[in-house]
Amino acid sequence: MAARRCLGLWFFLITLCVVSTGADVLHTTPVTGTESSAAGTETVVARELPEAPSDPGEHTAAEPTREGEQNDRTRGGEQTLGQPTREEEQEQEKTREGEQTPAQPTREEEEEEEEQEQTRGEEEFTREEEEEELTREEEELTTEEEELTREEEEQTREEEELTTEEEELTTEEEELTREEEEQTREEEEEQQTTAQQEEQTKRWEATELEEEHVHDAAVPPLAGDPPAADPPSPPPSKDDFQEELVIRPLHSGDIYASFQFRTVWDADFMGDQKVSHYRLFPKSLGQVITKFSVRELHISFTQGYWRTMQWGQPYLPSPPGAELWVWFQDTVTDVDGTWKELTNVLSGIFCASLNFIDSTNTVQPSASFKPLGIGNVTDHSFLRYATLPREIVCTENLTPWKKLLPCGSKAGLSVLLKSEKLFHSTFHSQAVHVRPVCQDPQCRTTSMELRQTLNVVFDLHTSGQGKREWSLFKMFSRTLTEACPLASSSKVYVDVTDNPQGEQFELSPATPLLTQAVVLGDRRTYSVYDLTQQASFGSSRSLNMLLRWKNSHNNVVPPVMLRPLLHSERYVAGYGLQAGEIHTLIYNHHPYRAFPVLLLSAVPWYLRLYIHTLTVSSKGKDNRPSYIHYQPSKDRERPHLLEMLLQLPPNSVTEVTVEFERALLKWTEYTPDPNHGFYVGSSVISALVPSVVAMDTNSTLDRPLFSSFFPCKEEASYFMRVYTEPLLVNLPTPDFSMPYNVICLTCTVVAVGYGSLYNLLTRTFQVDEPSPGLAKRIANVIRRFRGVPLL
Amino acid sequence: MGLLSDPNRRRALIGMLTRLNAPICMICYMAGVAWFMGLAFEPFTLRTYMSENAMGSTMVEERFPAGERALATGREFAAHKKKTGGMPVDWLVRTMQARGLEVYTQRFSRKLPFPDEDKERYMVKGTNVYGILRAPRAPRTEALVLSAPCSPGNENNQAVGILLGLAQYFRSQIYWAKDIIFLVNEHDLIGMQAWLEGYHHTNTTGMDWSPLQGRGGSIQAALSLELSSDVVTSLDLVLEGLNGQLPNLDLANLFYAFCQKIGVLCTTQGKLPRNDWDTTSGYSHAVQTMMLMVLKQASSRPWGDHGLFLRYHIEAASIKGVNSFRPYKTDATTVGRLLEGMYRKLNNLLERLHQSYFFYLMPSLTRFVSIGYYMPAFGLLALILLLRALDLWVQLSSPPTRTTEDGVEVVPASPGVLSILTPLVISHLTGVALYTLPVLSQELAVEHFPVSETEAVVLTAIAIYTAGLALPHNTHRLLAGEGTEQGWKVLKLVAVLYLAVLLGCTALINFSLGFILALTLVPLAAFITPHVPKTLSAVVMVILSPGLTLLFAVFFFQELQETPVTLQEGWMLYLSVISQGILDHALYGSLLYPLAALLVYPCWLLFWNILFWK
Repeated sequence: MAARRCLGLWFFLITLCVVSTGADVLHTTPVTGTESSAAGTETVVARELPEAPSDPGEHTAAEPTREGEQNDRTRGGEQTLGQPTREEEQEQEKTREGEQTPAQPTREEEEEEEEQEQTRGEEEFTREEEEEELTREEEELTTEEEELTREEEEQTREEEELTTEEEELTTEEEELTREEEEQTREEEEEQQTTAQQEEQTKRWEATELEEEHVHDAAVPPLAGDPPAADPPSPPPSKDDFQEELVIRPLHSGDIYASFQFRTVWDADFMGDQKVSHYRLFPKSLGQVITKFSVRELHISFTQGYWRTMQWGQPYLPSPPGAELWVWFQDTVTDVDGTWKELTNVLSGIFCASLNFIDSTNTVQPSASFKPLGIGNVTDHSFLRYATLPREIVCTENLTPWKKLLPCGSKAGLSVLLKSEKLFHSTFHSQAVHVRPVCQDPQCRTTSMELRQTLNVVFDLHTSGQGKREWSLFKMFSRTLTEACPLASSSKVYVDVTDNPQGEQFELSPATPLLTQAVVLGDRRTYSVYDLTQQASFGSSRSLNMLLRWKNSHNNVVPPVMLRPLLHSERYVAGYGLQAGEIHTLIYNHHPYRAFPVLLLSAVPWYLRLYIHTLTVSSKGKDNRPSYIHYQPSKDRERPHLLEMLLQLPPNSVTEVTVEFERALLKWTEYTPDPNHGFYVGSSVISALVPSVVAMDTNSTLDRPLFSSFFPCKEEASYFMRVYTEPLLVNLPTPDFSMPYNVICLTCTVVAVGYGSLYNLLTRTFQVDEPSPGLAKRIANVIRRFRGVPLL
Repeated sequence: MGLLSDPNRRRALIGMLTRLNAPICMICYMAGVAWFMGLAFEPFTLRTYMSENAMGSTMVEERFPAGERALATGREFAAHKKKTGGMPVDWLVRTMQARGLEVYTQRFSRKLPFPDEDKERYMVKGTNVYGILRAPRAPRTEALVLSAPCSPGNENNQAVGILLGLAQYFRSQIYWAKDIIFLVNEHDLIGMQAWLEGYHHTNTTGMDWSPLQGRGGSIQAALSLELSSDVVTSLDLVLEGLNGQLPNLDLANLFYAFCQKIGVLCTTQGKLPRNDWDTTSGYSHAVQTMMLMVLKQASSRPWGDHGLFLRYHIEAASIKGVNSFRPYKTDATTVGRLLEGMYRKLNNLLERLHQSYFFYLMPSLTRFVSIGYYMPAFGLLALILLLRALDLWVQLSSPPTRTTEDGVEVVPASPGVLSILTPLVISHLTGVALYTLPVLSQELAVEHFPVSETEAVVLTAIAIYTAGLALPHNTHRLLAGEGTEQGWKVLKLVAVLYLAVLLGCTALINFSLGFILALTLVPLAAFITPHVPKTLSAVVMVILSPGLTLLFAVFFFQELQETPVTLQEGWMLYLSVISQGILDHALYGSLLYPLAALLVYPCWLLFWNILFWK
């Protein structure tokens, strides 16, 4: 064992020696979190100090100081140039290490392992690492304090801005702003609810499983954690990675798997100091965020449409195709230019056609899409939103997405992400969300949170061969063998709400851990598998969960349509290629509660909306939207944007219709397949939906009476976003099969036919004596000369 | 065009045209008819070929295994149908749900303008059931439709069985890129109309239907299946839709290609393709096939449930299973495989079917005549009208000056506007009466005469039509002393140009209808003057009138279908055809009845007026 370690260390030293020929390589060396690498960095620090004494800032602070920035920038090029080889080396090294130490202990594990008996060598390494961390933390604390004061200043400045903005509002606009505020509040609440969901999860776990989850306290606090849950004095790590997988059996017999990978980094991308040390946070994204001053970035790629009527609500909704929305920081002056560049860069990063996002499909929603991170921004001129409904998502998008994960697809939950299975599914959606979150309960500093999510639904009939029996192997053709060594938490949740006593299906291997959470307004119970616990893997050292339904005689249960509280439908009505009508139906299935929704639809310019035909009706009566924001389109420049705040009466269908005319494009503007039709992106419905828990009249059964009279605030309603179907609209299309012939024929007909007809109609024809020719004239002269009669 | 600019040459040309007008017209007419008859001659036609790349080279494998099970489902369906005495909605919903489809129903009701005696229905109430197979990883933007009608009696049970069998098989496949809608429609075309109107949220015919709950985006293609026996000898492809619209030829090519691949006999108009084009019988076979298509297209009615899709720019065709006494039979599995193959190829489509022809005639399933080939036949007929108009124009612009005894040249006064306008208005009013009165006055007729509503409508129509013949006398009573030589010429000029425009437009939309009308109305328009022998001309005019053209077409159609009828049966058929025409207009928006009543008949009346000009 010791010999192996020595070998690893020796190898690492060699690689570092090769690399450390440049003086400042240290800063790009990612700390992989294993004990050997930590030891390695320490040795390098020791060696480097005498070599580069002239640049003290580099070692004291993680972020280079102002003076060092110039150097740093020049070095940036070198770094990027040198990057691939280094990465390769690291990968090699990682694989070596993997071979050498089959079960790589994470830091969290180390803490536990410290208590247990371990080999002496490992202990030494961990202690060394801890020491190193401590020193680094001390250094950071000072910088953090500085940052904190700066943050506070910023906050006060923001507050001032807010107040001034509020003052500026005239009385006429009051209603609008109230709604806007409401919306922001909604959005905030959504943020809260998501945070609360997590918090809830934690709490339930913590209360129920106190023995097992003691070490949870060591995990740095999540965004929005209330002070109560605040651990006394956690050693604040710079970055943190969590992974989880939620498996939900759906009513229709299909199965829904939702991966979430969360990296939180206490780095200040927005500050003046440049971030150049990357560990768990993907550098490619970090650089983009820094370069384009992005406050929040949300990008999703979806193949398929979420079937709300059969599957219920998704954890993270997304429209078919690609969706991108970005909040820029208020320091950005040329937002449109930055947006254009950003889309092109993201297009490269994700191998997607995001470069097709231009002004004709970008909108600035005024009320929808409030920031999900901290910071109450109201100026929507820093927001850009675009969808590409035609984008087709496939492996070439999945691979770069997986590369952003700290463990790639080599360990942890991400080993399940094999494209041949992921794309043999009914629904596939992958997303990246970057947003600033609070670092601590007081929210003095911010951290960047990167959430990578992947949702996939496997079909009962095509993937499951009609049998209601699901296992990890059947879904992904892989099983789980270990957690990602870099992850502080790695869990698999299985939704067992409908199966409290195991009467519906059987879950094996059984797990004693249960947790409850209020998800999308519904209290759900989950079985938890903690992958950081060796016990989860059992004797076979691999976890292959199996859900087997009990009633085997009736394997295929006829799927009953659900009645989700909110769902929608959109279609094009009418026929012919001249006009049409877009119908959007929004269903409120709540038996007695009305709730407001915000409808956003962006329609391309080539459908000319007749906004005077806009009608909104529910239950056969006119339903006046309390807020309408309409931005008319400009041909070839920008799309229509229509935002409305609607109140949905209980148990009703609200129908929004608007007529349109189909434009005749210029012949170069048609796509190569014009007869396929043109896409109109999904409408977005953002809503505060009354919670099922609050609606539940039987809640007195499992709750004390005194707690259930007033619906409790956080459960009363929840934020939800629903995307409608995209539309495929045929435009009048010329016959492109023989354009040359068509052009020639048309031109000929116009020239000849019109010309001569015009001639005939406008000219008058008179018989005129033709003037004599030259020969005749000469002859006449001679004749006159001779006195003979002229010709 | 220099020819026309030069006045001398122009005069010469016009002179020749007016001098040789009658012979040229005769030649044109005969050339037109000959051209048309030549269209069925195989060397003059083109062989069909697949134009759409997405459907051409991509090979698909048909693996549908469960024909027997599908037939069993069909029998179960029949049993439930018998039990409920109509559409077994609950059973269908359950069965489709068990096959993993999203199932929805649509109720509709329709009160016909008058009872339909052929199908014995007046107050129609029904339910359509459809299940949507959601394509995996597709965003609900495109869909294909497979429909089977739920017919009364023992019809089409097998079609529903195969539809459900295919649904089950398709559901377990991963390769679908478009949603597939499996539709079982009640009351054949009325149900289909309700469903299509509901799907596209339009209401063109005033039907009551409940809105649809589930949709699959824009429908790219549709097939309607009619199958009433467990085994079939051949499959017949029906293309003619509402108002003579046809689906893209590639759909027919697709059907033919798969029939060839799987080895199923396939026909169109119930006629097998033959190879002996050089024999007389081979040629006459092709002519018969083409004439059947022309007559069906001219009838402007949908000849299968697919016919209503075409209005929405959805390529659609009906496939009918035929079980005759031939020895070679095809089982349900093969039919299922054929449909599977077609749907897989349609699923591969990247664009709507647009590459091939939309305007064509088919003398056999392997041959087609494109618009470029058949339009000259009509053009030659239409040319006659233009020549006659030119002749009249020339006559009018250079009036024959009559010299009175004093030697003073008297130019006859040009006729007043009124003398032209009056016949025009009156004949059109008659047309309006023909269009509106039959349906409006049915109750009145039923009260006073011992007839049923349907008979009342048809007989009223015929009565008004006949009463129109008496108009000229009444017109002239109104206009005393207006009947000049100039007058009828101006009227005839207007009528000829009117007819030319009318036929031209009709032929562009529905070539067959335009051509048949031109065949009868053009000679009439060409020769009618007040100076021809009145009685004989009147008889000829009546024979060539649109109403009797329809009667001849009915007999001719029966003859071509090899089911000749006696005069009595023919007459009954004629009456039912008229009632069906009026119903088609009211129910589905067929344009033949208004076209005939509001435009063609008044136009014919104008010529009738000219004949009796005083």
